[in-house]
Amino acid sequence: MAQIRKKKSKETPPVSTASLPDIVFMLLFFFMVTTTMREVTLLVKVKKPKATEIQKLDRKDLTTYIYMGAPRNTELYGSEPRIQLDDQLGSVGDVQSFVILKREEINEAERPKFTVSIKADIDVKMGLISDLKQELRKAQALKISYSTNPAGSPEELYKTY
Amino acid sequence: MARNKRAIPEINAGSMADIAFLLLIFFLVTTTMDVDKGLMVKLPPWSEEPPPEDNEIREKNIFVVLVNSNNQLLVEEEYMELKDLRSSTKLFIDNNGDGSCEDCRGARDPKSSENPTKAIISLQNDRGTSYDMFVKVRNELLGAYSELRNELALRKYGRAYDLLNEEGKAAVSEVYPQFISEAEPVSVGG
Repeated sequence: MAQIRKKKSKETPPVSTASLPDIVFMLLFFFMVTTTMREVTLLVKVKKPKATEIQKLDRKDLTTYIYMGAPRNTELYGSEPRIQLDDQLGSVGDVQSFVILKREEINEAERPKFTVSIKADIDVKMGLISDLKQELRKAQALKISYSTNPAGSPEELYKTY
Repeated sequence: MARNKRAIPEINAGSMADIAFLLLIFFLVTTTMDVDKGLMVKLPPWSEEPPPEDNEIREKNIFVVLVNSNNQLLVEEEYMELKDLRSSTKLFIDNNGDGSCEDCRGARDPKSSENPTKAIISLQNDRGTSYDMFVKVRNELLGAYSELRNELALRKYGRAYDLLNEEGKAAVSEVYPQFISEAEPVSVGG
């Protein structure tokens, strides 16, 4: 008995790292599947408002984004809120053709589901957004979404006002 | 010939984990998990001339919400705080003045809306209203509808509106259809 006890080494056996690549690959595939790369570089500052009654936009391929806010580069573009269409700043007049072009890109059967997501900064005035809405109506893009961040409770929204 | 039969040396897989880690970190950094969420709105189709004055819609069936350029609310010609908007909107929608809505529990005030299918909410804003305030008001109006639908779903089916099946949802939203109009931009002063 004494001999057997002596034979036992007190060192803990090293943890096998053979399965480490498997674990890492699993994580890798998870992130590869869930990832969506940023498609545009934001030229305008966008701080989204908060809301509670939000709905998820499930089809990204059927959605076109329009960003609105004060330009990041104020020396070049000034500080007045502008509209960003894809990778460049545009004006209200460009919206109609932009939206029509975007709608042409998608499958004809799914065109009724075409949605325009307006990602506007909280400091943008409604004048600009109303102009944008009128242009969208002219372009027959009637499904829109005001992009917002989720708020915890309705009470949270009353405070800042 | 004998030379060709020599065993191919095994590739060392020890660095596999490192490569995988590198890729993993790349995807971790570039990933944006945010799902786009927002308030879904349907705009009316464009028409050159202003919409014809509809005499069918009676004054009492319209709930006018004005937001001025100082982000103040005027609801049915009375000043109102944002926190009271939801409850008064609910009262208006659920009023059921003509008694045709069996599932409503409104006060049946003859001066307010006739029934939820006739009740229209008109949201008007100034050009100077901030987007933040507009979204908040819009949110409250949508919230009023979703609270009413939820209450009805709980009464009728004992479940929240979101948990109902398609039929149940259709039945509930038939009782409380959403009529929120974002009017053409006007200058409401301030």
